This record gives sequence, structure tokens and C-alpha cells, in this order.
Amino acid sequence: MSAHESNYNPTNPVEKWLDERLPLVRFAKATIIDFPTPKNLNYWWTGGAILTFMLAVQIVTGIILAMHYTPHISMAFDSVEHIRRDVNGGRMIQATHAVGASMFFLAVYLHIFRGLYFGSYKAPREILWILGVIIFVLMMGTAFFGYVLPWGQMSFWAAQVITNIFAAIPIVGEPILHLLRGGFAVDNPTLNRFFSLHYLLPFIIAAVVGLHIWALHVPGNNNPIGVEVKSNRDTVPFHPFYTMKDLFAIVVFCIPFAWFVFFAPDILGHPDNYIEANPLVTPPHIVPEWYFLPFYAILRAIDFNFILDSKLLGVIAFGGSIVILFFLPWLDTHKVRSGTFRPTFKWFYWVFVANFVLLTWYGAQAADMKIIGGLTVADTSKLSVAYYFGYFLIILPLLSRFEKPKPLPNSISESVLKHAPATN
Amino acid sequence: MIKISTIFAAGLLAVGLALPVAAAEQGAHIEKQHWSFAGLFGKYDQNQLQRGFQVFREVCASCHSARLLSFRNLEQPGGPEFSEAQVKALAAEYTVVDPEAPEGSRKALPSDAWPGTGQSDADLAAAFGLVPPDLSVIAKARKVNDAFPNWVFNYFTTYSEGGVDYMHALLVGYEEEVPAGTVDSQGQPYVLPDGKFFNEVFPGHAIGMPPPFSDGQVAYANADGSDVPAEMLTADQYSKDVSAFLMWVAEPHLNEHKSAGFRVLTFLLLFAALMWFVKQRLWRKVEH
Repeated sequence: MSAHESNYNPTNPVEKWLDERLPLVRFAKATIIDFPTPKNLNYWWTGGAILTFMLAVQIVTGIILAMHYTPHISMAFDSVEHIRRDVNGGRMIQATHAVGASMFFLAVYLHIFRGLYFGSYKAPREILWILGVIIFVLMMGTAFFGYVLPWGQMSFWAAQVITNIFAAIPIVGEPILHLLRGGFAVDNPTLNRFFSLHYLLPFIIAAVVGLHIWALHVPGNNNPIGVEVKSNRDTVPFHPFYTMKDLFAIVVFCIPFAWFVFFAPDILGHPDNYIEANPLVTPPHIVPEWYFLPFYAILRAIDFNFILDSKLLGVIAFGGSIVILFFLPWLDTHKVRSGTFRPTFKWFYWVFVANFVLLTWYGAQAADMKIIGGLTVADTSKLSVAYYFGYFLIILPLLSRFEKPKPLPNSISESVLKHAPATN
Repeated sequence: MIKISTIFAAGLLAVGLALPVAAAEQGAHIEKQHWSFAGLFGKYDQNQLQRGFQVFREVCASCHSARLLSFRNLEQPGGPEFSEAQVKALAAEYTVVDPEAPEGSRKALPSDAWPGTGQSDADLAAAFGLVPPDLSVIAKARKVNDAFPNWVFNYFTTYSEGGVDYMHALLVGYEEEVPAGTVDSQGQPYVLPDGKFFNEVFPGHAIGMPPPFSDGQVAYANADGSDVPAEMLTADQYSKDVSAFLMWVAEPHLNEHKSAGFRVLTFLLLFAALMWFVKQRLWRKVEH
């Protein structure tokens, strides 16, 4: 599966026997031990290991939680409380799973923005990037289904609002809505199918992660200067150099993770989710979890009719904001990968990051809140939406044609030697 | 390469954009209290939980249920820690419905859930406008709205006591008369609906619950039967104690959870330090 040859030489007869029939050890050695990796990767490149770790944490804690959880509208809320109160170590497992979702998204956002800055989506890594976007979409689905399961007020109303989005699609919208809900309203069938899907999707994610890693191993890693590996002087074997560095990064990542799990397990959630779902009482503010806020802000910003109905336009913008990522490799065709050597791109990139943070903030505010003068969140967030799309559709294609990059180093080794301390 | 300073610049820019907006936010001011269970080394004060339970039992429980609380919880470590005999005797004061019992009901056992108010939901709704909320997890279902940038610090101080701060403020936030100058959401002079009470903390100010506490109402007693000082017998103290008790009802394993967290963090910090040395040593001979 990898482009590089394995230098596995079985000597033991059992290993030889196995290698001729199923070269599992050869494969493992080529992929996680010998895999030649650029030696100039920085800590932004530890995201893959952290994310794999987080997926494992979520699957393991999730399987345990599923043993004690009851997907029924009259029992779901209390069964989650039962886990917190009466299951051995239950409070810790439940908190790890809930905080874990947030940490997973934090890591995935850092990973995505790393890719955006260093041009990791450019040829020959388009498929790798697209598989990553698919994983991101699957994660959003999984997180949404999971958030509904505790059956608190926010769970219920999130299910209500998000499923309703699909009703805006012409012709097929209504049937999709009923299929998702399992009826006309969010009710027991909704909870049952969300539980089933929440259990299914992580394994699909794991499969796509497998493809993602496969697609990584064919061209090999991108790197901070974006110059392809030229010789084996540019690389080090994955083990022990990157296994140990990744492990260090995972342990460091676990520190804020544990901080939240043990000392403030509910700080990232919404207090309303400690009120059992009640279809008759609408919470004053329905807000999604923080990791959905930027996209929620995009959905909400489109509150005007333009040829199409505002509701449908909002859904198009919401869907488009993610779909556009699939086309990124063909929108930014600049020859230089790394943002480090693109002086103009850099500025637009950081404004894009700030704009994304701002969208997150907008998503959490009431739409009619005043910002400056008479302008409300609904007004000013339109600017942010415009920049979000403008970045992909106008700025990147224009920069691809007109931006003059800084001179690139000839190779990774050359760039490394230039930065090396004088004592070497 | 991405520089730390660039990240800071981007962060500052985002914060700067958000600042003027945040200044516009406001709500009823809630005085944050000192709680023994706050922070990294927080632990419940056993005496406070016992007092809080007394307040809950004598005052709150006549109208509010707490269906996730069981008698047995009251003897668990990290809670009010009543003795096994005390809990048994306490449970026996209550009657629970049990279809298997000869009479259809029997005396409660420590394994039984807290029996509820003894009044039907319909009666309670008729008296108060709606059924008073169950108090099992109420301490985590309420919050204090911190204006930006104050809430940013909450992630570093692990502030998780918004629910109890809100509850305490609510319980002592009653006014006999609508304060002069109070306006409703339309800016008109505030009119209190019939049968409601004015509370400055409650959203919309009109609350169905009458002021629950008056000074001296719950007679705390020391274990040896001696008198407790009068300053302990105030509505403010009852509010604090019952809020702390309800925090424990909502989060009964907080003590062990936090002490486990301390051990986990210590381990992670040491492990991270060791991994750092491993990584440094490995990479020492590689120019990178």
C-alpha cells in the first residue's frame, strides 16, 4: 500500500511462513516504523496522532457508555444520570466522552487550519485532503447525534432545529425530514435512530481514517516548507523519531483534556441540558455546541430572500461552506504550497482565521444583539460570511495567478542547515 | 512557519472585534459566593451538607421532588455522610408505594428513592402556576452569565459553581414591593402579576415560589445538643447551605472526582516531562 519499499527481512521460520501468506508484519514495519518522514515537521504535524488517539478514546468510552445507556425518551435522561451516579467510574467515563468530543473538534480544527496554511491540500494530496473533509463531515454528524442522546432540553431542541434545516430543501426536503425524525415530530423513533447512527458512524470514520492514512503514505507527508522530499537525507524513519514526538504531543494534549474532565466537566456544555427534554417549553436561546457555532452563524446570517427563499438560501450557504472545502485543491492553484513563502497569502489567511473565530462568536449571540450603532449580529455576520466564501472563491484563485512567492529552498536539508545553530 | 506572535496577533484581532459588543451585554448582577467545593482542591463541607439536607427536608421537599436522590446516598463517602443507622431511621419515617407489600405501601428503606412531595402535580400546579422543578440536578441546570472577557477566565479557574451562585442569589433575591424604577422588557413600568412574587434574579422577575426562608426558621442543632450561634440561623445561611446540598445531590462524586483529577494531572505532567527528554535525546543528533 505504500510507495516506499519495506526493508523487512524475516529470519525466523515462523515469520517467513507468515510473510509468504499474509505479509502483515512487513506491512506494519513499512507503515509505522520505516515510513520515511520529512525531518523538518513541526508540532502542527502531531495533529494526526492526536486525532487518532481521540477517535480511540471516544470509541472506547462510548462503547462502555452504551452498555449503561437506555435510548428511550422516558429513560434516556435518567440513564445518563445513572451512569454519572451509580456506575463505577461512570462520572469519569461520561465526562471523558463529553469533553472528548470538544477536544476532538479542537484538534481537528487545528489540523484543518494547519493544512490550509501549509497548502497540504495541493497536488499530489488532493484525495488525502478530500478524505479529511469527509471525516470532518462524519464527525459533525456523529457529534450531533451524540449530543441528542442525553435527552436534555438542548438535545431535544438541537434535534428539532437541525432536522428542520432539511425541510427547506425543495421536493425531497419533507420526506428527508420525516425519515430523519422517524415521524412528524422529534420523538422516541428519532432518539432510537440517532443512537443507532451514533454507534455506527465512528466505525465508518475509522474506516475513512484508514483511507486517509493510506492516501498519506503514497505521496508522503507535506512539510513546513512545502518542498517535496528529494533524497533520503531529507527524511528520518517514522519510528522512533515521530512515534516518540507524537506520543509527547498526545501526553501534552491530555493535560488540558484532563483539566476539563476532572475539574470542570460541564463547562463546555450548556446548563439547559441538565433539564429533561420538554417539547412544550422552548429554551430562550437555542445554541449548538461551540464547535458548530461558525457554521450555525453562516446558516443564520442568510435571513433575506434573493431569488430563492431565505431559509433555502441559508441551507445552501451552510452546506456550501463545507462543500467548498472539497474544491479547495482546484481553487488555490498557486505553485508554492507553504504559506511561509507566500507573503500576501499569509495576510488573507490570518484574517480568515480571525474571521472564523468571529463567526464562532457570532453563532453564540442572539441574532438581534446590537454590535455597532444600529447594526446587529444578523447584519455584521453577513460580512464574515462574505469573507468566508470570498477567501475560497475570489482571493485564493486571484492569488494563484498574481502572487509572487519568496524564493524557495532547494530541499528540506538545505532549509534545515540554514536554520541550524552555528555549533553544528 | 507559523509563529506564536502571529497567533497572538490573530487572537487579539478577534478579541478586539468582539470587545465593543461584549460591553453591551448585561443582566441581573449575581454576587459569587465562596464555596468549599470550588477549585482544584475543592471538597464538600460535610457539616454544611448536613445542614443543607435539614433545610431541604424541612422546607424545599414539601413542594419540590428530587427523584434521583436515594436515602442510601446520604451515607455515601463524600456526601453528608450520615451513619447507616441514621439513614435507616430516617428512611423509616417515610412511606413508599410498593405493589408487592401487603398494604400496597411500606416503610422506606435506604435503597429507596427520595419519596417526593406527597402532593399531586395537579395540586402543585394549581397552587404555584406550574409544577415546581425537580431538584436532582438543578444545581447544574442554572448558571451565572459572565460578561466577556470574564468568562474566559472561568476555563482557567474551573468555575463550575454558576448554578449554586444563581440559586443562592435567587433564594435571597426577593423584594416585598416592586422596586421603584423597575421596567419590563418593553420599557413600561413593571407590573407584578397576581399570585407572583418579585425576585430580582429570576428572569422576568415574577416567580411563583414564595420567599422560602425567614431568619430562625430552621432550627440547626449541634451534635451535642448545644445551641448554634444566631448568625447561623439566617435566610442567607440557609440559602447557602441548601445550595451546597443541592450541588452535592447533582454531583455526588465531586470529591473523589477532583482528587482523582489531581493524581491524573500529576501523572500527566511527569509523563510529559519524561517524554520531552526522550524526544530531545532522540532528535539531538538529527539536524531538523
